[in-house]
Order: sequence, then structure tokens, then C-alpha cells
Amino acid sequence: MSTNFILAPILVHLFTAIVLLFFWQKVKAQKIISVIGNILAFIQCVRLFEMTLENDYLVLQSGNWQAPFGITFVADTLSAIMVLLTAIVSLAVGIYSTASLNESRIRFGYFFTYHFLIMGLLGAFLTGDIFNLYVWFEVVIISSFVMLTVGGKKMQMEGAIKYVTMNMLASTIFLTAIGILYGITGTLNIADLAIKVAEIENKGLVTVTSLLFFIGFGIKAAVFPLYFWLPSAYHTPPSAIASIFGGLLTKMGVYAMFRVFTIIFEPDHFTLVLFSVIAILTMLTGALGTINKRSIRRMLSYIIVCHIGYLIAGLSLYTELAFVAVIFYLIHDVIVKSNVFMITGIIFKMRETVDMSRLGGLLKDYPKFSLVVAVVLFSLVGIPPLSGFWPKISLFQEAFKAENFALLIMLIISSFVTLFVIARLWSEVFWKDSPKPITDEMDHFAEFSLQGKISLIAPIVGLALVSLFIGLNANSVFKVSEKAAYEMKNPQIYINAVLNNQDNK
Amino acid sequence: MELLLVILVGVFYSSGIYMMFRRSMVKLLIGLMLLGNGANILIFLMGGLTKGRAPIIDEQHKAFTDIYADPIPQALILTAIVISFALTAFAIVLLKRVYATTGSDDLDSLNIQDLDI
Repeated sequence: MSTNFILAPILVHLFTAIVLLFFWQKVKAQKIISVIGNILAFIQCVRLFEMTLENDYLVLQSGNWQAPFGITFVADTLSAIMVLLTAIVSLAVGIYSTASLNESRIRFGYFFTYHFLIMGLLGAFLTGDIFNLYVWFEVVIISSFVMLTVGGKKMQMEGAIKYVTMNMLASTIFLTAIGILYGITGTLNIADLAIKVAEIENKGLVTVTSLLFFIGFGIKAAVFPLYFWLPSAYHTPPSAIASIFGGLLTKMGVYAMFRVFTIIFEPDHFTLVLFSVIAILTMLTGALGTINKRSIRRMLSYIIVCHIGYLIAGLSLYTELAFVAVIFYLIHDVIVKSNVFMITGIIFKMRETVDMSRLGGLLKDYPKFSLVVAVVLFSLVGIPPLSGFWPKISLFQEAFKAENFALLIMLIISSFVTLFVIARLWSEVFWKDSPKPITDEMDHFAEFSLQGKISLIAPIVGLALVSLFIGLNANSVFKVSEKAAYEMKNPQIYINAVLNNQDNK
Repeated sequence: MELLLVILVGVFYSSGIYMMFRRSMVKLLIGLMLLGNGANILIFLMGGLTKGRAPIIDEQHKAFTDIYADPIPQALILTAIVISFALTAFAIVLLKRVYATTGSDDLDSLNIQDLDI
């Protein structure tokens, strides 16, 4: 179906950002406008998700230039899932940031940048044009640069310089790959590229180009050996920012990888083996990185890397069932990762530190909060019937079926390591008694007004409920993932929807 | 002409990567700029070089009858230049800020926080 509605969520964020510019320096007005903008965008995204499920495909040929000549926007099931996840996380983090960030940060345009970041993410998920994808990537990274570096201390600057360098390098590699791809095919539309690439006889050149894309997206997605910027950058900014970065930014790279390697390129045996090796090494290094960390946020940064390995593992298996598992895992991962970073922010407010050895006694002081955190941590580990369990078990089965035992063993080991570090986190932070007596001036959480406390806790409870919903209602999530996986495995549907759209209008 | 551009792209990429491996932050930035320019020229080259054939259909015809210069690579390069301009501007300000906070131009001195766990 052809519709202009596909742009609605992007435009809502764009207009919110523009309106926010008129309220520069007015903190309270900015908070209200931002929350309203997020709620409006959330409604649009849910509507877009429903429409996509009903109609299979939404396509917009911008300016009515038929594909492959104009810029196309496409919403298939995978994009719709990503858009919905972005909407949920951006609403939750948006509300959380109103209370968690200090005023000077908001005064210097935090929300303005935030809405541009979300706009870029939505654009990247919805576009059907490879160069347009590059432009949206740039929108996202410029916004993320600003969010990461504003108000920088020395530590933040150290992380930022690695982050900025690696992301600029990734963009250049991505641009190089686009240039070569345009040279050998003469088109930029993803659907049209799929047809043209299949016709090329020089398969070696195609493989090299596809690997250039893989390197470009791999830096953004933080795969081995290109991940090192992530653990040194993600623990430095305030937790609201880390939460949006940890939940969505790396997943954007993974999404782009899925798009490029299912529609444009059909990975050959060599590429799949390479993916498999990289998945194993990503999980291994990520898992090893978590073990010796005392700071919760550093540990979580490595857990992100470790779990990116799961997603690449699914891509390397390249079967429809593996895709189902991976998409389910993606849904679970985005929600839970954003949530754990927000929880870390609250722990920091309660105790002034995120160092596990200096924390303790939270279960005694905040029993209800601890219960919510327990749900989230259990989902992260994948205790049945919570959300992490279902995709992991399907992924194990697929790895077993494919007889890729190295991958299977590594999936299980990294799963165990996650369990181990999360169990340690729970016992150190919540169970054990606090190593030093708690004084009132340490607890900044109690200083918040009731409204402030609600804005801090409500997003966490909300996302925890979403995790519970995913776990307990796994059947319906599986159905959506199956639909997305079917479309990924049969790119002809996507190609027909984009290129033959003018017939059924 | 193609051969000249091919060599130029190679020089841009190799010198860009070489500069990124140096320890100075300013050289890192120059390396990134060289790489960006190399990518732009690569797109220009890959689009095919056609001299003196504007992509305009004359009045007598309804479609292109002859070979013409492809305008799309130039549109892409223009977009990429604008983006890399913004990124470079941001990176310069960031480096200035890093220099102000750390007092050093040496990238190796920026690894202190990674030692702490």
C-alpha cells in the first residue's frame, strides 16, 4: 500500500525538535513539549506498526518519483518492529530524562538533540534507499556526538574521541562501499540493487563490496574486533543518554546489516563462515570483558558487545528459524538494555556510586524497586518464562541443527557468563549489606519530589512490564518475528512491493 | 584521466590511514578528512567520467540518444561534502575541547580511564 503516513513519526520528531528551539533556556517548557512530542510520536508509531501488519508493506515514493528513480520509504515487518521499539524506548527514556538530567544539560539543548537522534533512527529504519540510509546514519551520529560530549569531563572526552573517530571512519567506509556499489550497478534503491547485484558476474567484487558494508555497519554495531570504542564511551555520559545509546544505537548497525545481507547480497559460504567466526569472537571477548568489572555500567557495556554476538550468530546461521530467533532476541534486547541503563542511573542517585564493591543493601532499603529490577535482570539472563529465554532456546536449536557446534558452545558459554555476572550484580548490590553506613546526604533519590520520583520509576516499571509481556505472551511475538523472518528470507516480496507499487495503487 | 583519479584515490586513502595511525590528534583529524575526500573522488570516478555531455534531452528528442554524464554521483558527493564539513567542524571543536581538558595532543595519553575497572 502506498501512503504518506509512513513519514508521520519522523515528522513528529522533527517538528518537536523545531518547536523546542523556540523554548531555548526554558527548562520546564522543554520538558513538557518533549514528553508531548514523544507521546504523539508513540501513537503514530503504534499506528504505523498496525498498518504494516495489516497491509504487509507500506511504500512511499517521495515526490511521486517512481522507484528506482526517487527516494523510497518502505515499512516492512522488520522496519515496523524497529519503529515500534524505538517509539517505546524513546518515550520511556524521554520521561526518565525529564527528572534524571540536571538543568544545565537540558538548557543546552538536550531534548532538541534527543528528538533529532530519534528522528534519525526512525528514518534509518524506514528508508528504502542505500544513500538515504547513509544520510540518516549521519543524522544519528551527529546527534549522538553532541549528546555524548556536552558538558564533558576528562573521562567523557577520552571516550568521546574514540567514539567520534570510529564512527567517522565507519561512515567513510560505508560511503566507499556505496560508491563502489553505485559504480557496478548504477542504482541506489535497495530493491533495485537486489536485482542488479544478482546479475553481476564478477562475484569477487560483489563479495568485497559486501564486506566493506559489513565493516562499516560492524563498527557501528560493535562487533569484534571493532567494538573497543563502545566500552570506553558508553559508561561516561549520564544514564539516560547511555540508555538510548545502549538500547538503540548499536541495534541500528545490526538492522542495517540484516537489511543489506538479506535483500541486496546473498551471503556466500565464505561470508557466512566469517560471520560465524566474528559472532563467536564477539561473544567471547564481550563475555570475558564483563567478568573483571566492578563498575555496573562498564560491565553492562561489555554485555552489550556480548549480546551483539548473538544477533550476528543468527545472521551467520541464515535460516528462517534463526531469523525468527534473532528478531525475537532483538525485540527483547532493545527493551531490556535500555532498562538496565536507566536502573543504573537510579542506583547512582540512591548511592552516589555504581561500583559494585561499594554498593549494597538496596533490597532492604528499597524492596519494591528491587522487585522490579529483579524482573528486568531475570529477563536479561533469560530465566524462563521471561523474555530472554525463548529466543535463546530457538537460537541454540538452530545452531545445533546447522551442526555449528563451536557457535553453539559459545552461545551457551556466553549465556552462562551473563548469568554469572548478573547473579553477582544482584548479590553485591541488592543482597549484601552496605559496606559503609548509609547517610542521608548520599541518597539523592529521596530528595526528588513525588512527581520526579514517578518520572524516574514509571519508565522502568513500564519497560519491565513490556519485558514481562514479551515473555508471557511469547506466542504473539513469535508470530510477528516469523512474519519478519519470512520476509527476510524471501526478499522477492520486498522487491515486488517497492518496484511494482505503481500497478496496484 | 581515469588512471590519474585512480592513483589519486589510492594516495588519499593510504595517506589518510597513515595519518590516522599517528599519535597526534590533529593528524588523526587530517587523516579522517583525507579519507573523506578520497571517498568523494571514488564516487565521482565510479559514476563514470563523461566529458562535455550535459544530461539534458534536447527539444527534438524524447529520451537520451547519446551517452551523457551521470548527475547522480555529483549529487551524492555534494551531500557527502556537506555532511563531512559538519562532522569535521564538530571534530575540530571536540579536539580543541579535549586539548583544553587534558592539556595534551597525544592520543596515547587518553587511555587512563581504560585502566580503571
